[in-house]
Amino acid sequence: MNRNLIIGAALTGFFILAALVSFVWTPFDHTAMDIPNKLKGIGGDHLLGTDHFGRDILSMIMVGARTSIAVALVAVGIGMGLGIPLGLWAAARRGSLVDELIMRGNDLIFAFPSLVIAILITAIFGASAINAIIAIGIFNIPVFARITRGAALSLWEREFILAARVAGKSATRISVEHILPNVTNLLIVQSTIQFSLGILAEAGLSYVGLGAQPPTPSWGRMLADAQTLVSIAPHMALIPGFAIILTVLGLNLMGDGLRDYLDPRLRVARV
Amino acid sequence: MLRYTIKRLLSLCISLAVASLVIFSVIEIAPGDPASFMLGMNAQPETLAALRTELGLDASKPERYLSWVGGLLTGDFGTSYTYRTPVADMIAARMWVSLPLALYALALSTLIAFPAGIYAASRRGRAGDLGVMGATQLGVAVPNFWFAMMLVLIFSINLRWFAAGGFVGWDKGLLAGLHALTLPAIALALPQAAILARVMRSSLLDVLGEDYMRTARAKGLTERQALWRHGLRNALIPVLTIIGLQFSFLLAGSIIIEQVFYLPGLGRLVFQSISARDLIVVESVVMLLVFSVILVNFLVDLAYAAVDPRLRSRT
Repeated sequence: MNRNLIIGAALTGFFILAALVSFVWTPFDHTAMDIPNKLKGIGGDHLLGTDHFGRDILSMIMVGARTSIAVALVAVGIGMGLGIPLGLWAAARRGSLVDELIMRGNDLIFAFPSLVIAILITAIFGASAINAIIAIGIFNIPVFARITRGAALSLWEREFILAARVAGKSATRISVEHILPNVTNLLIVQSTIQFSLGILAEAGLSYVGLGAQPPTPSWGRMLADAQTLVSIAPHMALIPGFAIILTVLGLNLMGDGLRDYLDPRLRVARV
Repeated sequence: MLRYTIKRLLSLCISLAVASLVIFSVIEIAPGDPASFMLGMNAQPETLAALRTELGLDASKPERYLSWVGGLLTGDFGTSYTYRTPVADMIAARMWVSLPLALYALALSTLIAFPAGIYAASRRGRAGDLGVMGATQLGVAVPNFWFAMMLVLIFSINLRWFAAGGFVGWDKGLLAGLHALTLPAIALALPQAAILARVMRSSLLDVLGEDYMRTARAKGLTERQALWRHGLRNALIPVLTIIGLQFSFLLAGSIIIEQVFYLPGLGRLVFQSISARDLIVVESVVMLLVFSVILVNFLVDLAYAAVDPRLRSRT
């Protein structure tokens, strides 16, 4: 076990635990307004202070963790669910029209930053957490498709795959039974990276009002609320900011650690 | 090189055509008729029909798509439904904030990342390397809009070195304009610089292990000379890709950062247009953003081929 993995897993686990606990318990009702106690600083009854409506910030952070984690998790699921089969398919039919179409389709999606996709979706359906999930999910598809195809291409040249082909297995069976297990480590590492990018993207989208809508708390929206009050109540901006940074940092460290743990030979440049 | 350029140019045109089709179709399925939105619920059917004709909304979908694309090619982006002014003029005015901001941030991130990455690679495994890598790990995790708020808190509210938001306009002089864009550009640049520094470092480390670097050392160059003459040029290839990719992140990121600093750029234009359901503006701004991403990637591909002749024959 390496240090990155332990620290990363501990940080990530902490926020996942906070999100889970929030289903059964939070120190206060996260929607309850308490104007006489508004803008209370850190410490006292409200451990992390209160916002401009007197709502408990710790409770909002706990419930907000749910939003962030759920959005990022489902978005990674969409990216993996569609991207991996596409990548496997492209690699199995390498050099064919299918491969070309999939790869050019990927390039096209890459030209739409997730924020732009979110803007387009919002123009049609209006803002919601679902839009954020779709926008980030669509952006994840080409990431997983490319990485799967890239890794699968080199595997297709290997002798054990040749043996499977000689044994008469179809391209689909080879992809599922032999290629996929051999790219799993790479995909696990990539999914932690995409998960952390998803947390950042969700925060950005809810900050500009394209993500989760009130009363659903989200870290990005807490920051948007804090913006005009940052000079008199800096804790309103600091705490959600630290929550985002620590979660993303935890996931990134976990990704680094997992990469070294799962395959020390894997020397992919982390970006 | 000419064949390669033509091939890439062709794929650029196809990408643009498909992207425009996607954007047009998405906006088409958006609910709500712009004409009835502009005239309100109690509009007379005849007035509504007249306005629909005036806006060109009564033509068939393929006709409207072709006229939109034709307009884009000639610089006529149509007329805003809400402001009744040419969309091209609105975009041009906002462009003078967003584009300089993205470029300023790109310059800053490169200026920070190159020395940091080179320094870390040259001190591999030592304290300096660990320090730079730790800082980049943190830099990647910081949301740029939150960092922007912290910059405002420190440099605008406490130190009063910069305005907390707004844009003075370029007519007040280049320095005044740059001054107003400095905090937003730093906020945009730092997280990107962290990514770029990591790529620069790992790319340089890969190159330093190559045989030609040993040859360069063997023929009598010092480590520093070998690094500058042979190492950097080769290490730049992956770095160029990331810079290209970053441009799209910077443009998209500037949409968010403009909200923090109340800058009158494309980002604010797009959000105002969404809430006013001025979809023709949304459509054109999105197309412009996607166009610039595709164009920059095309330029990166060309720069690639110029730096590394092997790539010309490969694709």
